[in-house]
Amino acid sequence: MKPSRITECNEWFLARFPLAKLWNEHMTHYYAPKNFNFWYFFGSLALLVLVNQILTGIFLTMNYKPDAKLAFDSVEYIMRDVNWGWLIRYMHSTGSSAFFIVVYLHMFRGLLYGSFKHPRELIWIFGMLLFVALMAEAFMGYLLPWGQMSYWGAQVIISLFSAIPVIGDDLSLWLRGDYVVSDATLNRFFAFHVIAVPLALVMLVFLHIVALHEVGSNNPDGIEIKDSKDPWGHPVDGIPFHPYYTVKDIVGVAVFMLFFATVIFYMPEMGGYFLEHANFIPADPMKTPEHIAPVWYFTPFYAILRAIPDKFAGVIGMGGAIVVLFLLPWLDRSPVKSIRYRGGIYKKALMLFVVSFLVLGYLGTQPATPTATIFARIFTAIYFGFFLLMPLYTRWEKTKPVPKRLSSVHSLEEQLPALIEEITILKPAATEIGHTAFKGSSFTRSPNPEGIKNVISRLAKKAIGSLD
Amino acid sequence: MNNKGVDQSKRQFLTSALTVVGAVGTGYLAVPFLAQMQPSAKAMAAGAPVEVDISKMEPGQLIRVAWRGKPVWVLNRTPQVLETLATLDPELRDPLSVESLQPESSKNPVRSIKPEVFVAVGLCTHLGCSPTFRPEVAPPDLGDKWKGGFFCPCHGSWFDLAGRVYRGVPAPTNLEIPPYRYITDTQLIIGESPEEASA
Repeated sequence: MKPSRITECNEWFLARFPLAKLWNEHMTHYYAPKNFNFWYFFGSLALLVLVNQILTGIFLTMNYKPDAKLAFDSVEYIMRDVNWGWLIRYMHSTGSSAFFIVVYLHMFRGLLYGSFKHPRELIWIFGMLLFVALMAEAFMGYLLPWGQMSYWGAQVIISLFSAIPVIGDDLSLWLRGDYVVSDATLNRFFAFHVIAVPLALVMLVFLHIVALHEVGSNNPDGIEIKDSKDPWGHPVDGIPFHPYYTVKDIVGVAVFMLFFATVIFYMPEMGGYFLEHANFIPADPMKTPEHIAPVWYFTPFYAILRAIPDKFAGVIGMGGAIVVLFLLPWLDRSPVKSIRYRGGIYKKALMLFVVSFLVLGYLGTQPATPTATIFARIFTAIYFGFFLLMPLYTRWEKTKPVPKRLSSVHSLEEQLPALIEEITILKPAATEIGHTAFKGSSFTRSPNPEGIKNVISRLAKKAIGSLD
Repeated sequence: MNNKGVDQSKRQFLTSALTVVGAVGTGYLAVPFLAQMQPSAKAMAAGAPVEVDISKMEPGQLIRVAWRGKPVWVLNRTPQVLETLATLDPELRDPLSVESLQPESSKNPVRSIKPEVFVAVGLCTHLGCSPTFRPEVAPPDLGDKWKGGFFCPCHGSWFDLAGRVYRGVPAPTNLEIPPYRYITDTQLIIGESPEEASA
């Protein structure tokens, strides 16, 4: 049979481009550990949100005007007069918060399972650079609507650079392009936001994934699957990324979209956390709003800045809170990666860190009262303690033996029948006269208080035990 | 062509020489791009002086004017305020304005040319928020120590009614005083110092 024109075109293309090779290397022959849990959704979700931001951003750019006199009105124009403008704008603004939620969970996954440790230090470094670029992108994007919070937020953050000795004042002048935040600042932030930083983000994502595929993914057990291979050279505990994880990720995407759409359609401002109330007032260089706070994803770092009663030291503390994350692969001295086999001291330290991050995040949204400042200082100390004391406590920790192969966890589906059996009592149904024909099959289950108590105490013991 | 093989030291020299020349070239090429981010000639020229009429100001009143895009305050201080100012020194970080920015004519304890008329750039020296004017004494939210002044809502810095910063707050120096001079008794010009006018 003569090959069709489509086949011929296909062959022409494949003879000139290594599509099949790339596809195999990174999808069908890329072996990922078989035990990924839900924490492993957030990497691909971050990619999805990046695509969302780029697409919606392109369309917003078509109607937005980067001019101090026109910017605020052009955003309102998008919201009211442009067809579906409100949807595209809310997808973009909600997308930025979603980006940080997904990325924070993605980073926390790294802390849980030691994904930053040898041999994945470089993946972590690229990831941290991505995080910094993402913060820059979000910060500059927030100036564009030219509301009160945009204006004064940018004023405060650019002034941070003026705290640097000697070059500080010239540096902040150079960043603004004017003596105050002005049209020049808005115009350049627009340029950075729509082209410079997105390009950097895309390139860093590429590097992050290339580095990942070179060493292979970590997993909840923190065991290298490449250490045990079958006679054909494939990891015994690995499964091809496509179709297994592409299909699994689709489930994650569906759940994510459900939440994402709910926010877009029902609570796009999220009570002032995703879009702050003061930002619905046009920028006024003469008057700072009564209470200014950054968007929620910056508040932990903002709280650290405010906790330190000295301009330069505060800026150092804020920057240090991010720099210290870069050093994580070298601060952690434990031979074990995953929290499943680490000692109790790391588990407790990680819990304290999470609490301090959340509390600082909350305090950063609140006015700086004296009590709030004291709390911010305590939790800033805990935040830094987690990292700076890590070389000590990870060396002392008593780790558990790590198995050679991935452990299997019983799925909920397998556990459910036994659990139901335990917490209920099977009783013959009280049958009414005339219904005896069904007697054989009429049993009912009623709750068994004794069983429920046993299950709860067992779970509680397990929870306490898992802290060691 | 010769068959002697590769002259490694020559190759190394050429590689280093090209790297150095390339780096210098890149450095020169970067200058116009970095320099274009400096304030433009237009932005630098925009700092025209602003005239303010203070003839209708009530005692205790504050007015805001825009100068170089910044808020500038003009405050009419009452004699009670000036009395309070004299008692605050121990609580201030820089009561004599040694480390702070002001023209020579305002480098005195009340930081102004005429004690009753106070002029300052209304931006906190911490991170550039515009502090709130709170002339009342000991309001419930600021406590008994508050003798009237400017409170920065962003990071809680305290300034007295001469723009002098209190101790223990994030702002490092007193509020900046812009250059200004009197044209007549009731006419101020902000952006020109008395020294410039006499020259």
